[in-house]
Amino acid sequence: MDCVNIIGAGLAGLSAAMTLAKRNIRCRLVSVQSSERAQSVLAEGGINGALDTMGESDDVRFHMEDTLKAGVYLADPEAVRGLAEHAPEVIRMLRDLGVPFNTLENGEIRLRNFGGQKKKRTAYAKSSTGKIIMSAMIDAVRRYEAESRILRMPHHEFLKLALASSAAGTGERICSGAVVRDVWTGEVEVLPGPVILAVGGMNGMFPGMTTGTTANSGDAVAAVFRQGVRLGNMEMIQYHPTTFGIADKRCLVTEAARGEGGRLFIERNGGRWYFMEEKYPEQGNLASRDVISRQMYFVMHDPSCGGQVYLDLTELGKEIWQQRLPDLRKELIHYLALDPAKSPIPVEPGIHYFMGGIEVDVGHQTNIRGLLAAGECCCQYHGANRLGGNSMLGALYGGRVAADSVAEQVMEGIREETAGSEKVGSMNEELRGEEKGNAGEISPELVRQIAVILGDSLGIVRKGEALEEARISLEKLLPQCNNERERNRVYLAQAMVISAELRRESRGAHYRSDYPETEAAMARQTWAEWTSEGVMVQFRQN
Amino acid sequence: MRIEFKILRRDSAETAAWWQGICFETEDENATVASALRKINEAGNLVDTEGRTVKKILWENSCLQKKCGACAMVINGKPRLACDSFLRNYQKKGRGKITLEPLRKFPVIADLMVDRSILFENLKQMQLWSREEVHLTEKQRETAYDASRCLQCGCCLEICPNYLPGESFFGAAGFVPAARLIASLEGEEKQKLQKAYREHVFAGCGKSLACADICPAGIEVERLLVRSNAVAVWKKSLF
Repeated sequence: MDCVNIIGAGLAGLSAAMTLAKRNIRCRLVSVQSSERAQSVLAEGGINGALDTMGESDDVRFHMEDTLKAGVYLADPEAVRGLAEHAPEVIRMLRDLGVPFNTLENGEIRLRNFGGQKKKRTAYAKSSTGKIIMSAMIDAVRRYEAESRILRMPHHEFLKLALASSAAGTGERICSGAVVRDVWTGEVEVLPGPVILAVGGMNGMFPGMTTGTTANSGDAVAAVFRQGVRLGNMEMIQYHPTTFGIADKRCLVTEAARGEGGRLFIERNGGRWYFMEEKYPEQGNLASRDVISRQMYFVMHDPSCGGQVYLDLTELGKEIWQQRLPDLRKELIHYLALDPAKSPIPVEPGIHYFMGGIEVDVGHQTNIRGLLAAGECCCQYHGANRLGGNSMLGALYGGRVAADSVAEQVMEGIREETAGSEKVGSMNEELRGEEKGNAGEISPELVRQIAVILGDSLGIVRKGEALEEARISLEKLLPQCNNERERNRVYLAQAMVISAELRRESRGAHYRSDYPETEAAMARQTWAEWTSEGVMVQFRQN
Repeated sequence: MRIEFKILRRDSAETAAWWQGICFETEDENATVASALRKINEAGNLVDTEGRTVKKILWENSCLQKKCGACAMVINGKPRLACDSFLRNYQKKGRGKITLEPLRKFPVIADLMVDRSILFENLKQMQLWSREEVHLTEKQRETAYDASRCLQCGCCLEICPNYLPGESFFGAAGFVPAARLIASLEGEEKQKLQKAYREHVFAGCGKSLACADICPAGIEVERLLVRSNAVAVWKKSLF
């Protein structure tokens, strides 16, 4: 029987697995760690959907418009329409799985304010929405595991794709499987069948600088990039305005804290300057994340200001702390020894989300047939800046769309063109030999070097000279690489830097001090591809 | 501060374990066992207290902010999350000693890494899922929220005097997640889950509640236990 390989067991992977299982299609769910350890459990604030339960006349159309506007019109409107249209259904599906969303007196799902949206549209379970949703999804998938429709493959890491030539003789390369390694035993295995990558964001490129898990290294994306998979919008990296540092990472203060009334200020002239409220009177502290992070950067670098931005949550009522943000309060007391109900908390922008990644079409298919991608590892829905509340939605909906595409469009073609051919068999043996015992590790020194280069060039405010310098520095790292995995990572870093260099405008999360205007002609994705001549980046042509 | 780690190391399940000393120095007041292990492994040449070059320490980690349960291990004799164990709490006047061991109730893979798949197998055996739409009352919603916060880290099983690997008692790692659905399921699914609960929880729990003190997520374990007992055993509803 055919089997689909899903790489990654976070929200997108679980959603894809559940969708396939419902269609009675078997899949392997491959991950290094269990779903409980996936980054999805860290999501806090909520999930967007125009449920319109708050009497604000919300509509799918507004959700779509807000998403496109926040992404500064770089996202595919057709894909975003699908996302917004299906969002209420996704949230109701979660409710039916037993997700204890906060509710109104009438039993309807309560919605909260989130940044960049004029209507209350974000469903939530206090301030641990990701963890609560994940628990329900894990239970739902467990049922299909028991029925052997979903085969868990824990402690396995993805190494690369198995590629085969199309039997049609067109020279087209087709993804015929995934090469994985058991991290406990070192055994390498080739898993035949279409592949859905759901491997999360590229946090490993920025160790210590992100709110996500560095278990999401970016290495899977780097590996497939080298194999010819196209990447999109690699320059688009979201800095969340409100994070704080703990050992080895940044922690998120959910946008919901501002949605519930939190106010940002900086000290100036001996008083508090609520800069967002003054500069953006309409949206204030709930402007989109790119706008707030940029403004924070500016005021933090303004010599007339105190240098440190604070988030004031002291006016929030008891009910809000008890029913809507209880875990956030505990976390802040634990890590900062500050009670946010009593004193303002120091915050800084931190890397939170990668809008760019594997380029996919509306059905989540990549430029290589048989390979799909969903969740944060793919470039879909969010354009130049993601709306808060759209990440879990994108993962759940995207996972489902990818699974539907596999079921409806991919499996038949792949089976006809690759399965059973001797070529595939021998290729698998070859791959096994090539990768066995030679998965390669990235030296911590190289990780550090890349992180410094990217940190210096891909900040909130960017400029051409620094990007050029970064590109040259990365080029110099290539001869020092000891294995393919190291080279892959350098090429992935190059894709980010060159994409940022090419985009000579400012749009969403990508702000160029040397090109501060948004250019209508550049309302197009950047596409990065690896060729034998290195990393090539161009604007999408249509 | 200067911390001397004493780490129980092991190449694989088939080989014998040995203790290894590794010194770690940091100026970071917020450093944790997890951040120390990461830094130790990032050192170009890792040496032990005898000056010998040694291999990287194998262990699991992911979120580094006590939300995923990956880095559970035995720290100075107690099961804890490494990311929630601040070095400052283990030192006096800038010096301290910390022993690190793998969780002892799970098969060791290597060093501090263990195989916790039994946690998930037990939940599968309890048939913790719903085929039908789940409808929660307001009280059930609160319970479901708390139950959903379980990290499946295994600390509760490590500390539990009644949990023994391979035996039928599943411990808090079984009954906490079960509390998510135990009162809200209907019909046959409800009967099956409640039967499994009686067999794998109620029959084996000695109510030492050591799990309640150790839970890194701070889940009110006793409250969930009382409520599930009421539903599954005494056929009363406290929900």
